Amino acid sequence: MEKRVTFRGWLLPLLLIAPQVVISAVFFFYPAGQAIWQSLFIPDPFGLSSQYVGLGNFEFLLGDKFYRASFVTTAVFSILVTLCSMIPALFLAVIADRLIKGSGVYRTMLIWPYAVAPAIAGVLWLFMFNTRVGVVSWYLGQLGYDWNHVLNGGEAMGLVVVASAWGRISYNFLFFFAALQAVPRSVIEAAAIDGARFWRRFWTIVLPLLSPTTFFLLVVNVVYSFFETFGVIHTITAGGPQQSTTVLVYKVFSDGFVGQDLGSSSAQSVILLIVVGALTIIQFKFIEKRVHY
Amino acid sequence: MVGEVHGMVEKRGSGLWLTHVMMIAGVLVIFFPIWLAFVASTVTQPEIVRPPMPLWPGDQLVENYSKALFSGVNVPVSTMLFNSLVMAIGIAVGKIIISLLSAFAIVYFKFPGKMLFFWMIFLTLMLPVEVRIVPTYEVVAGFGMLNSYGGLIMPLIASATATFLFRQFFLTIPDELAEAARVDGAKPMQFFWDIVVPMSRTNVAALFVILFIYGWNQYLWPLLITTDPEMNTIVMGIKQMFPSGDDVADWPVIMATSILAMIPPVIVVVSMQRLFIRGLVDSEK
Repeated sequence: MEKRVTFRGWLLPLLLIAPQVVISAVFFFYPAGQAIWQSLFIPDPFGLSSQYVGLGNFEFLLGDKFYRASFVTTAVFSILVTLCSMIPALFLAVIADRLIKGSGVYRTMLIWPYAVAPAIAGVLWLFMFNTRVGVVSWYLGQLGYDWNHVLNGGEAMGLVVVASAWGRISYNFLFFFAALQAVPRSVIEAAAIDGARFWRRFWTIVLPLLSPTTFFLLVVNVVYSFFETFGVIHTITAGGPQQSTTVLVYKVFSDGFVGQDLGSSSAQSVILLIVVGALTIIQFKFIEKRVHY
Repeated sequence: MVGEVHGMVEKRGSGLWLTHVMMIAGVLVIFFPIWLAFVASTVTQPEIVRPPMPLWPGDQLVENYSKALFSGVNVPVSTMLFNSLVMAIGIAVGKIIISLLSAFAIVYFKFPGKMLFFWMIFLTLMLPVEVRIVPTYEVVAGFGMLNSYGGLIMPLIASATATFLFRQFFLTIPDELAEAARVDGAKPMQFFWDIVVPMSRTNVAALFVILFIYGWNQYLWPLLITTDPEMNTIVMGIKQMFPSGDDVADWPVIMATSILAMIPPVIVVVSMQRLFIRGLVDSEK
C-alpha cells in the first residue's frame, strides 16, 4: 500500500531512516551474519585461528544425541507450556464472560502475572517448590510425596512448565475474554431459545467462533516458549538435571558462553533462525487469513 | 420473553453465586505465588527455613525492605531498580523515536533504496536477541559498551515491530491532511510535528506500556553484558543474590527484591490497563 500524496526530496527521508538502519546494521545484521559465518568454522582452543569445516558443525549437531535430545525437550516443553497456559485461560475467560458485573475487577487481578518477568516468576515458583524451605514441597512431603526437582528430571520439567505458563495465563485470558465478548449475544440467545444448554452452546457455537483467536494464541505461545522462557529455566534448573530442561535457546547460551564452543553455538543459532523463520511465516500466513475472515 | 432468555443465558441466583466462587478460586490460585512472596518478605529467616512457613504476613516488612533497598546482597537493590528504570525507559523511548522517524520516511517519501530499507527493517522482526547472543555480545564488547547503559539498550531497540505499527497507522491518516499541508507550503518536518505526532499520541502511549514491560523484564542480555554488580538490573540481579555453595539463601531479602521487581511493571499495566490491552492487540496484529 502506498500514499498518493508524498513529499519531495530524498536527503531528508534518508536522514530520517538512518538511525534505525544504522542500529539494525550494527546490532542485527552484522551479528546475524557473524553467526552464519562462524557456524562454518571450528576455532582452535586458544581462539587464535579457526579452521573452515563447511557444514561440519551442522553435521556434528544433527548427529549429536544431546542436541537431538534438546530438540525433543523443546518440543515437549513448548507443547506443555502452550496447553497449561491456554486451557486455564479459556476456562477463566468463559467464567468471567458469564458475569455481567464484576468481570472488570477480576480482569484487573488476573493481568498481574503478565507484568511479572519470567525470571522473577522462576524465583517465585522455585521458592514454593524449594526442596528445603518450599511450602508446596513441604505439604507434598506431608502427603507422602517426596518432591525433588533437583534430582528428578520429570519434576524439573513440570516446574519450569508451570512457572513459564503462569504469566501467559494472563495474556491468553485477555485475548480469549475479548473474543468471547465479541460473540454476538443474539446467536447465543437464539440457541438458548432452541433449548441448548450452556455446555452444548459452548461446544457447538462459542468454541468454533473462537477458533481464529485460539490458532493465533497457539502460534504466539509456541514462539514465547521457544524464546522468552530462558529466565525461568536459568533461575530454576539451569538446564538440569542431566540436561532434562535444556531447551534449544538454553543450549545456545550454555555451549556459547559457558562451554565456549563458538562454532557449535553459532550453528545452533542458525538452526534456530530457520525455526523462527518458519514460525514467522506460519504467523503471517495465518494473519492474512484472519484479515479476510 | 427477553427476560426469560436472559435468564437462560446469564446465570442468576445460585448459578451466579457459583460463578463468582469459581472466579474467586481461580484468582486465588493465580495469585498465590505473589502472595507467598509477599508474606516471605515480611517474616524472619528462621520462620522460613523451618517449614512450613506462615501464610499470613509478619512484622518484618520495614526491616526486610530497607535491608534489600539499601544494602542488598552484592549491591543495593535501589541501584538495580535505577538501572532497570533507565534500561526500560531507554528501550521504550529509543524504539519509539527511531520508529516514528523511519515509518514517516517510508510512508511519506519516495526515495532511492526505499524498498531495500523497508525489507531490511522487516527482516529484523524475525530474529530475537536470544538467537544472536554470541556475535552481538562480541560487537558490544568491541565498542567497549559492556557494563554501560548504551550496551544494555541499543541491541534491544534493533527490531521492527514498532516501525510496522506506525507504518500501518500512518497509512490510515487521510491524504487530504498531507495535501493541505503541502498546499500551505508546510515543510515535511512541520507536517510531522504538527499533524502526525499529535495524531499518533494514543499509539505511542500504548506502545510505551508494552515496550516498558519488555525492557524491564529482559534477563539474558543484562546477564551477559553486566559483569559489574553496579550495572545489574533487578530482574537479572535477583539470581545473583542466591549463594553459589551450600549456604542458605537470604529468603526474606530475596523475596522483598522479587516484590520490588514486579511493582513498577504491575503499576504500569494496572493503571494503564486500557492502553496496555490496546498495545497488546496492536503489536500482535
